Amino acid sequence: MADLNPITAWRRLLALPNESRTKTLFMAFLVSAVCALLVSGATVILQPIQTANRAAEQQARLGSLIAGVPGMSELLSQDGGTLSTVVIDLDGGAVADEMTPGTLVAALDDSANWTALTANQDLAGLGQRPDYAQVYFLRGADGELSLALLPVSGTGYNGPIDAILALRADMNTIAGLAVINQSETPGLGARIEEPAWLGQFRGKSVADSSGTVRFAVAKGATGSEYEVDGITGATRTSNGITRMIRFWLGDDGYGPLLDAIKRGEF
Amino acid sequence: MPARAGLWNILTEPLIRQNPVTLQILGICSALAVTTSVATALTMSAALTAVLVMSAAVISLIRRHIPDTIRLIVQIVIVASLVIVIDQILQAYLFEISQRLSVFVSLITTNCLVLGRTESFSRHNPPVRSMVDGLGNGLGYSLVLTLIGSLRELFGAGTLLGWQVLPTVDQGGWFTPLNLMLLAPSAFFLLGGLVWAIRTIMPEQTESLEFLPPDDPEDTK
Repeated sequence: MADLNPITAWRRLLALPNESRTKTLFMAFLVSAVCALLVSGATVILQPIQTANRAAEQQARLGSLIAGVPGMSELLSQDGGTLSTVVIDLDGGAVADEMTPGTLVAALDDSANWTALTANQDLAGLGQRPDYAQVYFLRGADGELSLALLPVSGTGYNGPIDAILALRADMNTIAGLAVINQSETPGLGARIEEPAWLGQFRGKSVADSSGTVRFAVAKGATGSEYEVDGITGATRTSNGITRMIRFWLGDDGYGPLLDAIKRGEF
Repeated sequence: MPARAGLWNILTEPLIRQNPVTLQILGICSALAVTTSVATALTMSAALTAVLVMSAAVISLIRRHIPDTIRLIVQIVIVASLVIVIDQILQAYLFEISQRLSVFVSLITTNCLVLGRTESFSRHNPPVRSMVDGLGNGLGYSLVLTLIGSLRELFGAGTLLGWQVLPTVDQGGWFTPLNLMLLAPSAFFLLGGLVWAIRTIMPEQTESLEFLPPDDPEDTK
């Protein structure tokens, strides 16, 4: 005789001796079900807030990174305006709508999102290049783009060099360069971190009127508006910087993006 | 503890006389790890107290229906779920502090203090008494954590809750921060000192020594 009334069935179940196998299994199941519900509920409900928190933290970290880089903070305070982070598709030179700074890290773990570089293309000695990059735009009060901060990386004498290149609104005048990470020889190549040396980048032009990237670190003293002084005893580091800038401002780097900005698409 | 102590007694006993940290030496791991600043100590205390009270309530409610064979796993599952919920809430609303507490909130699950109270008290007492007991023990734990956290932050960084109390040498003041205070060993010293101080003032707390036969030299090491 099956009792189908759930309330009496429930009562009978609870009235079972605690040591009975049915009740043990039932209690185990019940407790886990309720707990699973509780945990999943909390996770799902709080997910959006946590994601927002993480994104905000990342933004703050990048903000402090940029602000903490010598030279950049002055640039920012002098130009004013608001900094925005944009993930761009390097091939198309357009905003990658499907990417956010949060998903970019995961996307770059996937080798499908990297492009191998041939020896000819690979000026900066990177071997491969991500298809997406996170760049920062500084916009004035009227929404006009006043500064683009482009993360660049290259190869120096001892290892990789990471830097942020700031370009003025015409995308041809360098507003500054900040070296974030380098492992060059102290006293020689490592002088690329010195504000005095980095200060020379301000106001230099990148490309000539035909669009060819002419920027270079000169051997010795500078002779033109496209050059900065080289560092004595650090030829390979200087060349590394030249090639890094040339690569990233060329067609395989931010070239398409710079063209798009010049056309006024941003 | 007498079988039918009043609620007030249940609440106040664990504050000092039966303090879970200094008398029973429970929950030491987290007490050492999160007391580098008052803010983390307070957050951790609040999280632990909340878990303690809620788990006491739940387990006390179903205490007559927990089969003995699986009682520990049932308790742990309930405590763990509550801890996850608290952790998620912290990550959502107190993100910065939850980053600093890192893994220690999740580790409340294995905090012997929680299981100790549910196993020894909530399983045999009605919900209100269990919750009051949980609250009392949580507050006792909080008291110790806050005290140690304050001392460590004050002498380690010259601040309290982020406010500069002692002007440090870096800022042109006179106080040289004791960096040791920010390392885990200092929590050992402070906790040991605290236990010693409490047991000196309240000699009856040293009664726990009766569990060690003092005449047998092999057991005294």
